[in-house]
Amino acid sequence: MSDKKPVIEFKEVSFWYGSKNDKPALKNINLKIHEGDYVALLGLNGAGKTTLQLCINGVIPNSIMGEFEGEVIVYGNDTYDTPVREMAKNVGVVFDNPEFQLSQMSVAEEIALGMENLGFSYLEMTETIPEVLEIVGLEGLEERSPFGLSGGQQQRLSIAAALAMRPKILVMDEPTSNVDPIGKEEIFAVAEQLNREKNMTVIMAEHEVEVMAAYADILVVMHEGEILLNGTPEEVFSNIDLIKKLGLRMPQVTEYAHQLNQLNPGSIKKPYPVTLESAVERFKDTL
Amino acid sequence: MEPIIKVENLWHIYPTGNVTALRDISLDINRGELVGVIGQNGSGKTTLVKQFVGLLKPTRGKVFIDGEDTAPLKVQELAAKVGYVYQNPNHQLFARTVQAELEFGPTNLGVPEDEVAERVEQAIEFFGLQDLRDLHPYRIGFPLRKLVGMASIYTMKPDIFILDEPTTGQDNVTTRKVYRLIGKLRDEGATVLCVAHDMILLAEVVERMLVMRDSELIMDGTPRQVFSNDEIMASTHLTPPQITSFSLRIRKDKQNLGDVVLSVNEMVKLATN
Repeated sequence: MSDKKPVIEFKEVSFWYGSKNDKPALKNINLKIHEGDYVALLGLNGAGKTTLQLCINGVIPNSIMGEFEGEVIVYGNDTYDTPVREMAKNVGVVFDNPEFQLSQMSVAEEIALGMENLGFSYLEMTETIPEVLEIVGLEGLEERSPFGLSGGQQQRLSIAAALAMRPKILVMDEPTSNVDPIGKEEIFAVAEQLNREKNMTVIMAEHEVEVMAAYADILVVMHEGEILLNGTPEEVFSNIDLIKKLGLRMPQVTEYAHQLNQLNPGSIKKPYPVTLESAVERFKDTL
Repeated sequence: MEPIIKVENLWHIYPTGNVTALRDISLDINRGELVGVIGQNGSGKTTLVKQFVGLLKPTRGKVFIDGEDTAPLKVQELAAKVGYVYQNPNHQLFARTVQAELEFGPTNLGVPEDEVAERVEQAIEFFGLQDLRDLHPYRIGFPLRKLVGMASIYTMKPDIFILDEPTTGQDNVTTRKVYRLIGKLRDEGATVLCVAHDMILLAEVVERMLVMRDSELIMDGTPRQVFSNDEIMASTHLTPPQITSFSLRIRKDKQNLGDVVLSVNEMVKLATN
């Protein structure tokens, strides 16, 4: 992986909403993300996850007021002097609340809106709309009102609208926090499918550590604007004391292995399991 | 003792489109119970709890709150008994300061001024809102704003709290705080209903679960019973907490509910016994 060139690179990035007298929202961020990586951002509310994500599509520093230092390079473009609409060709963004992003009378218009802004032709739109709706499992719903859809469907429509612009990177900010369990399943499944089958780079902020430990290749743990941990789920969740000190949770099976090992030091070999499957495999004969 | 909520053969049919949202529901909830209500959007769970608040009235059947038939009661008359905390605090909060927000409910119920002041102090203490009292609710971040939403119901001192997705969108620190607050509400004698998808809340905090599907109450049982019922879990698209799934996968005696754990601590105890 180290010989590959990163598609996203943060170099010494700091950002302040307001002036430099305020607390920085991001502090000396260095981060490399490679093509096809599924990266989960973990951290408490206010840790800087959303701010970091807004740097990837260039909304910071181009559209949000504040003080910006450092460099963010995405597919060779420095976000500082690349227009946001240009960035949108590489980076699609999905936020936590679909109601905030949906505005049109029909599902088809919702998808067409972003494409129009980027100058896609009518022909391209008529080809793309059914295609992206199929990817997210909303085929045939072109004429429906976005506001009559379920929360999970609305969020998948937001994903479809982002995909229509043919991005190589999908940034998702707690996309499941306003949907019910079936909607959650659907959204995680779509993200995984895009990552595995289309090699799309996914950057997901999410509180559900069990789900992220199972899906993500890389976990990035943020705290007060800084990146404190960056590695595979096994690596990150072996920093148990730090994770707990930050107020974060580990997957329950990891916590279980940790507690068993504390009762009988050395009894459970590291790395501890981080997914249900690996825990069942590890412990099935011990009980 | 009489149940605090009694539901008898309750039907709710929305007049538009003749949609049956609740089909022949009967149940009792006793004072001091901590109950989770689960099901997909559209399963009827919101319609059910709106019946308890008086926002909806039965099409057929009866709902009794503390022995009183809700049919002739207005929402305001039930507000002293039943408090509803919205999932999105923005749908609930409107005053200029947190303090004014907390004063509004009891003042509106006709509680004397000095008692309102006392209740506001209690609520600020209970929810840890000391630094926020003079702030505009919209100036406060979402996690704390949600606590303000709960606190503004707390000052009305209802017997029953209905919490709609109290931990959605919250991080781990605030989520844990909400769990502790729910326990404290119960310790003060309240009955608490949580409409929730948060599986750890349901496993570690509530004692009884009502499972709704297609307008019907399909299961009423303990979290252990519900989580170990594969058919119920699959048909509602719910996944038990990871440690519960783990215990279900590795246990040898499939009939023994004692092997179904609800928390990491229980699993450690089971493994080291």
